[in-house]
Amino acid sequence: MTSSLALMLQLTILLPLLATFAIAITAKKPNLREAVTISTSLAVLYCVINLYQAIKAGASIEVSWWELMPGLEVSFVVEPLGMLFALVASFLWLITTIYAIGYMRGHGEENQTRFYICFALAISAVMGLAFSANLFTLFIFYEVITLSTYPLVTHAGTDKAKQGGRVYLGILLSTSIVFFLLAIVLTWLISGSLEFTAGGVFDDKVNTTMAGVILVLFIFGIGKAAIMPFHRWLPAAMVAPTPVSALLHAVAVVKAGVFTVIKVCIFIFGLDLLPKLPTTEFLLYLATFSVLVASIVAMRQDNLKARLAYSTVSQLGYITIGALLATSSGVIGSAMHIASHAFGKITLFFCAGAILVACHKSKVSEMRGLGYTMPITMAAFFIGSLSIIGVPPTGGTWSKWFLLMATVETGYWVVMVTLMLSSLLNIAYLLPIPYHAFFPGKDEKPEKNTIKEAPLPSLIALTITSLGCLIMFIHPQPVYELAKTILTVSGVSHGQ
Amino acid sequence: MLAHLPILQVVVPLMAAPLCWFLNRSKLVWIFALLVCAATCTNSTLLLIEVMKSGTITYELGGWEAPWGIELRIDKLNAFLLLIISTIATVVMFAANTSIQKELSEDRHTLFYSLYLLSLTGMYGIVATGDAFNVFVFLEISSLSAYALIALGNDRRALWAAFQYLIMGTIGATFILIGIGMLYQMTGTLNMSDLAIRLVDVGHTRTVFVAFAFLIVGLCLKLALFPLHLWLPNAYAYAPSIVTAFLAATSTKVAVYLLIRFTFTVFGISFSFTTLPLQSILMVLGLVGVFVASVTAIYQQNVKHILAYSSIAQVGYMIIGYSINTSTGVMATLLHLFNHALMKSALFLALGAIMYRIGSVQLSQFQGLGRQMPLTMSAIVIGGLSLIGVPLSVGFISKWYLLIASVEAGMWSVAVLILLGSLLAIVYIWRIVEMAYFKPPLPGRETVKEAPWTFLAPIWALVIANIYFGIDTRLSVQVAQAASQSLFGINP
Repeated sequence: MTSSLALMLQLTILLPLLATFAIAITAKKPNLREAVTISTSLAVLYCVINLYQAIKAGASIEVSWWELMPGLEVSFVVEPLGMLFALVASFLWLITTIYAIGYMRGHGEENQTRFYICFALAISAVMGLAFSANLFTLFIFYEVITLSTYPLVTHAGTDKAKQGGRVYLGILLSTSIVFFLLAIVLTWLISGSLEFTAGGVFDDKVNTTMAGVILVLFIFGIGKAAIMPFHRWLPAAMVAPTPVSALLHAVAVVKAGVFTVIKVCIFIFGLDLLPKLPTTEFLLYLATFSVLVASIVAMRQDNLKARLAYSTVSQLGYITIGALLATSSGVIGSAMHIASHAFGKITLFFCAGAILVACHKSKVSEMRGLGYTMPITMAAFFIGSLSIIGVPPTGGTWSKWFLLMATVETGYWVVMVTLMLSSLLNIAYLLPIPYHAFFPGKDEKPEKNTIKEAPLPSLIALTITSLGCLIMFIHPQPVYELAKTILTVSGVSHGQ
Repeated sequence: MLAHLPILQVVVPLMAAPLCWFLNRSKLVWIFALLVCAATCTNSTLLLIEVMKSGTITYELGGWEAPWGIELRIDKLNAFLLLIISTIATVVMFAANTSIQKELSEDRHTLFYSLYLLSLTGMYGIVATGDAFNVFVFLEISSLSAYALIALGNDRRALWAAFQYLIMGTIGATFILIGIGMLYQMTGTLNMSDLAIRLVDVGHTRTVFVAFAFLIVGLCLKLALFPLHLWLPNAYAYAPSIVTAFLAATSTKVAVYLLIRFTFTVFGISFSFTTLPLQSILMVLGLVGVFVASVTAIYQQNVKHILAYSSIAQVGYMIIGYSINTSTGVMATLLHLFNHALMKSALFLALGAIMYRIGSVQLSQFQGLGRQMPLTMSAIVIGGLSLIGVPLSVGFISKWYLLIASVEAGMWSVAVLILLGSLLAIVYIWRIVEMAYFKPPLPGRETVKEAPWTFLAPIWALVIANIYFGIDTRLSVQVAQAASQSLFGINP
């Protein structure tokens, strides 16, 4: 049984990798090519669900591939946080593929084969990252994600895409090389271990100043978490086709960033050491600043995708805050927010793409009255917005609740007030869009009987994800349970 | 047979070089030269296995005993170097036939192969010998043939570049000769291990200091350490493509080897690093070299120039590792010797393929090549990523050890500067990538095809090696570690 589970763990990484070859071979037959992608994503999802059930039953699954340098292994382990991330990513990959078929064909995009190949490669790396057993393995996949998504960002091949690609690659590679790699080397030399260990790897081997410096290096180095001032790549990446923005820049890539942040906080530093570091508070306020400022900037964006991008920057700040607060509710909130924000934001991006394909509009100011032509899309947009804001009946409610609890427990009132304020700002920049879509005002007459929705596959996809937002409110138990087990795994007594 | 391996390494290509003239038909000579290279490659593999198994091998030339006669001395360090050089020489040679068809006129082909083998002989000799004067002799053999090889280039600027290299190279070689002469004057011996013993008594004299200074400056000229690098960019840029690929991957490496050999084995660590401030001088020069060369690379219009300046920067990294002066630091240098040889030979060979197809390596001519020569261009991208040092490529391995070495030694600022330096590599590599992938082909260039397989096979063999040795580091790390530990007298 265990060996078959270990095989499944490896398959989640290898299947998408193998799929790249199959996609390349079937380049001439688009239908077959897409069938390859869909069947692979189904297979990966099947494996991930199996793994989920196994660890729920208490199995421990570990795989070690090879030793890259003496003492540094490429190895994998299934633990609850990675499980959560893998579940979200693999499920949404399936949905995004369905969406992408509608979008890419509807939009008449070129180089679709390259698109699907890079997409599969990125997913393979995301799976590898989610199941990494040590920081070294994680770093490898972290870089693979950056490089494999570069061709996706610059898919259009225009000058604008080139510029966007420069910012994207420039920030992500430089932060990871200068800060992240240095932090890893320091951790390795000081503690002698890069394994994700319950309670952290440092023990008493390091003074708090040094550990504080390393923490700053980590948080700055994980550029994918998009903490200001290293957030510019995310808006720049919006030149990519919408499915890419949806899955990678709202879900996989940025979540890989915050996932890494949480992993480092819990398993490298440990929740006991973290609050003692002199720099934690500074980083906490930096993240808070990031949350607030990104929300304000988002309000000023007329381009819908740019607005959503800044909203993502802001929401990622929530997750980082939760991890840095280092309390049980903070960790639970962060973990749940990974899932709930993923569903909410992907819905919004799907809608943005659907609007672009169906009526070639990308500016918020042009979307008045759109609710009459695209009712399903705009309804889904409304639900997604609610989830981002964090009000019932959507999944975002729970995660934001736990995050607020964490700020109250630790007494960071400024942070708490900012989070509340930011939620209000979320309302201000998101809700007017569906509102004006359905109630355009008197001067603009909606054209009757001209319902012209996006292609069917896209529509199916965005309906599923918006339903996901609702289900996560009614039935948050599975996500909550997973988030809670992170704490037992990491050796913290659960306070609730 | 096994006992004669050390001398065979040198003698086989030496004998083969004149034999080329008897064949004198381009293709035949190529096959012959390729076989010779492959034979030396096998030979060096056997040597390395033997050395790793049973320790240092000495070979007395003509049966004369060591301090009087000439001795070849193969330990882990130079067995490793021999393997690097012979492998690269063989793989590059594979593409030679195709490449020189386009770049050289028919009557020069035999000359080319003959010089190539002579240059190779020289490098083998430098690395294999245990005799200081012998080093100079082989250095001249390898350098003189290298000047001639560069001068073969089609571009008329090749003559000027070769002349520049000739002047600078000769100054370097002369300095080395002066250094060796002074050492002989003080000790009366030329055998390296003998020198090491006798230098202890006279180490405090001014003559030895001066000899040391001459040697170091001469070697730094040869290995193109900033600011003694001026001969390199043009020599690489205007030489025939094959020559560039061959020299870029081997010649500076040999000079780095000599630096290590003289400072560690002959003069000894305590003399080189404590009596003289070699560490701080070289460290600063290495760091400045990394930055100046990388920034210069960013502003070049000729892709061969970009990579040539990048080579100078990479030499800077090797010198940084060396001047950290710990076993890990030297290990990082040795690893980078190996890894950089893989990267640069792959990259320059790919440029050779592009030269073959479009007759130019100007950056502006790269427009649209991403589509037209997908395999060649993706080789350049992977080689470039390796140069930047992303994980799963050999570049990452060198960078990792270089970082570990500098942080271990408490040199924080050095670690940060190394990382910042690799960011510059992203810029100059990405200029090539953007030109090739984001621009439509130039008018009149719509029909450019992928390079022939005789190019693609060696290029991709090297590219795959770039990835393979970035994933499976057992060979490179073990050998480099063993070699550096033996230099520091640590017995594993």
